[in-house]
Amino acid sequence: MAAPMLRRVGLGRLWGFAWVDGGSGHRRGSPNGSTSSRRREQSSVAQQPLHTAQKPRKGGHKWAAVVGLEIHAQISSNSKLFSGSQVSFMAPPNSLVSFFDASLPGTLPVLNRRCVEAAVMTGLALNCHINKKSLFDRKHYFYSDLPAGYQITQQRLPIAANGSLTYGVFMGNKQSRMATKTVRIRQIQLEQDSGKSLHDDLRSQTLIDLNRAGVGLLEVVLEPDLCCGEEAAAVIKELQLILQALGTSQANMAEGQLRVDANISVHHPGEPLGVRTEVKNLNSIRFLAKAIDHEIQRQINELESGGEILNETRSFDCKLGCTVPMRDKEGKQDYRFMPEPNLPPLVLYDSASLPAGTESQQVINIDQIRDALPELPSATRERLVRRYGMLPEHSFTLLNEVGLLQFFQNVMKETRAEPKKVTSWVLNTLLGYLKHHNLAVSESPVTSSALAELLDLLDSKAISSAAAKQVFEELWKGEAKSAAQVVSEKQLELMQDREALEQLCQSTMEGHPQVVTDMKSGNPRAINKLIGLVRKATLNRADPAEIKDILERLSS
Amino acid sequence: MLGRTLREVSVALKQGQITPTELCRKCLSLIQKTKFLNAYITVSEEVALKQAEESEKRYKQGQSLGILDGIPVAVKDNFSTSGIQTTCASNMLKGYIPPFNATVVQKLLDQGALLMGKTNLDEFAMGSGSTDGAFGPVKNPWSYSKQYQEQRRPQSNRKREGTDWLIAGGSSGGSAAAVSAFTCFAALGSDTGGSTRNPAAHCGLVGFKPSYGLVSRHGLIPLVNSMDVPGILTRCVDDTAIVLGVLAGHDPKDSTTVQDPVKPFTVPSLSDVSKLCIGIPKEYLVPELSSEVRSLWSKAADLFESAGAKVIEVSLPHTSYSIVCYHVLCTAEVASNMARFDGLEYGHRCDVNMSTEAMYAATRREGFNDVVRGRILSGNFFLLKENYENYFIKAQKVRRLIANDFVNVFNSGVDILLTPTTLSEAVPFLEFIKEDNRTRSAQDDIFTQAVNMAGLPAVSMPAALSTQGLPIGLQFIGHAFCDQKLLTVAKWFEKQVQFPVLQLQGLMDDCSSVFENETLPSVSVKQ
Repeated sequence: MAAPMLRRVGLGRLWGFAWVDGGSGHRRGSPNGSTSSRRREQSSVAQQPLHTAQKPRKGGHKWAAVVGLEIHAQISSNSKLFSGSQVSFMAPPNSLVSFFDASLPGTLPVLNRRCVEAAVMTGLALNCHINKKSLFDRKHYFYSDLPAGYQITQQRLPIAANGSLTYGVFMGNKQSRMATKTVRIRQIQLEQDSGKSLHDDLRSQTLIDLNRAGVGLLEVVLEPDLCCGEEAAAVIKELQLILQALGTSQANMAEGQLRVDANISVHHPGEPLGVRTEVKNLNSIRFLAKAIDHEIQRQINELESGGEILNETRSFDCKLGCTVPMRDKEGKQDYRFMPEPNLPPLVLYDSASLPAGTESQQVINIDQIRDALPELPSATRERLVRRYGMLPEHSFTLLNEVGLLQFFQNVMKETRAEPKKVTSWVLNTLLGYLKHHNLAVSESPVTSSALAELLDLLDSKAISSAAAKQVFEELWKGEAKSAAQVVSEKQLELMQDREALEQLCQSTMEGHPQVVTDMKSGNPRAINKLIGLVRKATLNRADPAEIKDILERLSS
Repeated sequence: MLGRTLREVSVALKQGQITPTELCRKCLSLIQKTKFLNAYITVSEEVALKQAEESEKRYKQGQSLGILDGIPVAVKDNFSTSGIQTTCASNMLKGYIPPFNATVVQKLLDQGALLMGKTNLDEFAMGSGSTDGAFGPVKNPWSYSKQYQEQRRPQSNRKREGTDWLIAGGSSGGSAAAVSAFTCFAALGSDTGGSTRNPAAHCGLVGFKPSYGLVSRHGLIPLVNSMDVPGILTRCVDDTAIVLGVLAGHDPKDSTTVQDPVKPFTVPSLSDVSKLCIGIPKEYLVPELSSEVRSLWSKAADLFESAGAKVIEVSLPHTSYSIVCYHVLCTAEVASNMARFDGLEYGHRCDVNMSTEAMYAATRREGFNDVVRGRILSGNFFLLKENYENYFIKAQKVRRLIANDFVNVFNSGVDILLTPTTLSEAVPFLEFIKEDNRTRSAQDDIFTQAVNMAGLPAVSMPAALSTQGLPIGLQFIGHAFCDQKLLTVAKWFEKQVQFPVLQLQGLMDDCSSVFENETLPSVSVKQ
């Protein structure tokens, strides 16, 4: 079986963007400080030149892009960050709003323990330093879905800082080669989500839904260590997997549980960083990669045609496939940050600093949370590679599809087939069908048990590979038949009756004397033709090797 | 009956000398008769009568909830009361009916107290006279007292025009007037820079500001979150202790309340003060202090000394920076806290519907008075990125120094600080409004706001009547969370000075029946 096709993380683009005019062999200098430049050197991705049409200016100027991300992940918790209201995505508008969420005067914030634990878990998983003391601040701005006129966030002293995230990207066009990279994490802070505004331009009114107002968010701020949409997409995918593994966020972009803003600038290596723009409204990983690459290209075009980049907020228009400036309402915003006076400093403990005699319900112990961390995606992938001898890229694909790893592991539990065979069937056949029919793993009509049974039949040579494909196709119809049932109904078992097979071979040879003559005269294609004819006569139920063996014996 | 203290009337209820309904009706009738004081914004007659009825049932079944059962109380109109309009004396919240009770209100109701109504204040508690509210100024009941009328200089013109009345102090002037005029037995005020102690001093009451964190702020519509505390106004220290005992303690809805369990508040009668050390902060002797208050302050110190207490002069060196620092921190938090009043979720909304921004602007212009708007403006100025370091951060540092001043003094062995509460006795309204709110607040909060920045407990005690026949209060300041000790000392002082009861007879003819059979001692400070 051929090596399975790997699906790319970013789906869209097959090129990176860091070094755009073909100077890929050059050593890279980075104005971002040595750390990131060294990191980038690790992967000298061969980049395709993208604007060959544009003449490089004198001195062979190259462009380098600098991309930083800010991610807002909705914390998966029963209740909101500072109130007892339930958190739920599809509830009727304004049905999950406490007095605090609606900012009724006199209400006070009460910090949700679960949200703090989620932030600590995420911080630990992202190799952050967890601050034993962090503070809350108010960030002021007037907006109709921000009832209090300010958002409670952690501007001065966040709960976690100075971390890193390791991710894998595909190298150039060789889709099977992966490079490991690292992006630094500046900080993780706890903050409130806002409500939602629905602007009805026709009636010139705005409808407000406060269900989301006050839901806990983790804001993860990355250092500008990235250089293209593909890297950003890979980082976000990895972060998504980590959050999901931790259970700290469902991290579903389509439902707004994971929102990404990108800060983008371009410059000539060795020169100061360019003016940056912020691109918002990136609600899928695919659009994220597209928007970033588009924005980099736009900035380069702008600069090369003598224009300038404005420090502005742009949004990605997924229909037009480009970024457009957002209507800037107030010009420069001054958020007038102020300490939140109603929340005492958030103090965390570790086993060493835990005061004696404290009940575990009253305090949060960082060490206890660290000990209870689940297996992270990178470890899972290593385990898969080690245990099943899988290619690293296959381990990526298994994790990147929601539920696919579980499916794979379930099949493994129930089948005697080789891990490689199982991997191949899951990644090629099953995933191929799912993609073709646009289904999620959980919607697969072929259950893991059915596939395991099928692979057992194949493994015991009860059916041929070709027959197995046929069985799979039958199973896909979802008619609640077992693989064995399909095999027996369609009579797909390999012919075990040697005598009958010999008879079939005999009669096929008799029916095609010319081919037999050709075969005997040494034409290698002739025997294959005969094998094909016999297989057809057996309805694909015979082992081609055995047929060949018989044919050769009969003709000798 | 109405002239009695809370403790006394509670005994009367228990012994059946009067029923809760009778008591409630008497208070309601007096509220009506003293309407001209403008002490109440909302009189919750129906609610009170219904509560009285239920209280009466409990008494009949011998199942009274305790000492507060059936006791009429009043609550400043910046505490949220479920189902009862809560306005903060602002057009912004006119007609706003909260769907929940402030924790302190709920605790009073849980003890069977009768809520007579919501009392008047300066808009959003920003002021020191109770003159700057959307419902008009509060008049000090002492304006109509026998004591004042007999002593004051004749000003016949004003008297005829009815404009010669005195301010009640503020911002909890309505609560002070309500208790002072015997329309209830205790009232809740709020105290951010002196708003409970100041009107208590002007109205001859005990005005108590608990330690920050001892009493829940949940439901109190904030002025400055880091300084606000619910305050208690009563006619004697024991009554304050009873109310504090009910209110104090951790509230899961207010993360700034202390976790430690609070012991019940009993205030013993102190017979020996010889182990006490009373500090007299020298910085509080300011030129603006009236000679009468100054001499009374000195007499009070002598009183302690002659009883065997150690009285020493102490220094709070950063006092002079306090009022400016308070101004910066206060306005910054005001700017932030007032941001929620945008007309969307509750409260006033203007008719402008051009855009959301235009709606915000017009709503806030119409809803807030000049004082509130002025503080919002300056607060936002202090919080601007370019000013933050120079104003807000600096003010926070000064606040720390001021708090440390107190810590240092208390660490040196001082138990209680004794200071004036106000510069002088209550002034006539026409006199008061000659200066703007900001100037007045800066002057009137001078002795009180530092305590809020340090989070300490303090109580203003009525000490004596001035030569004009008006109350003068002195302030006692205690160690943080030593509220009980503070009240114990205050109670000793109360016993020594025998402050006179307000005499309204003859001047409020209709009320005469209310006060009959009351003994009205009139003794000034014992020498």
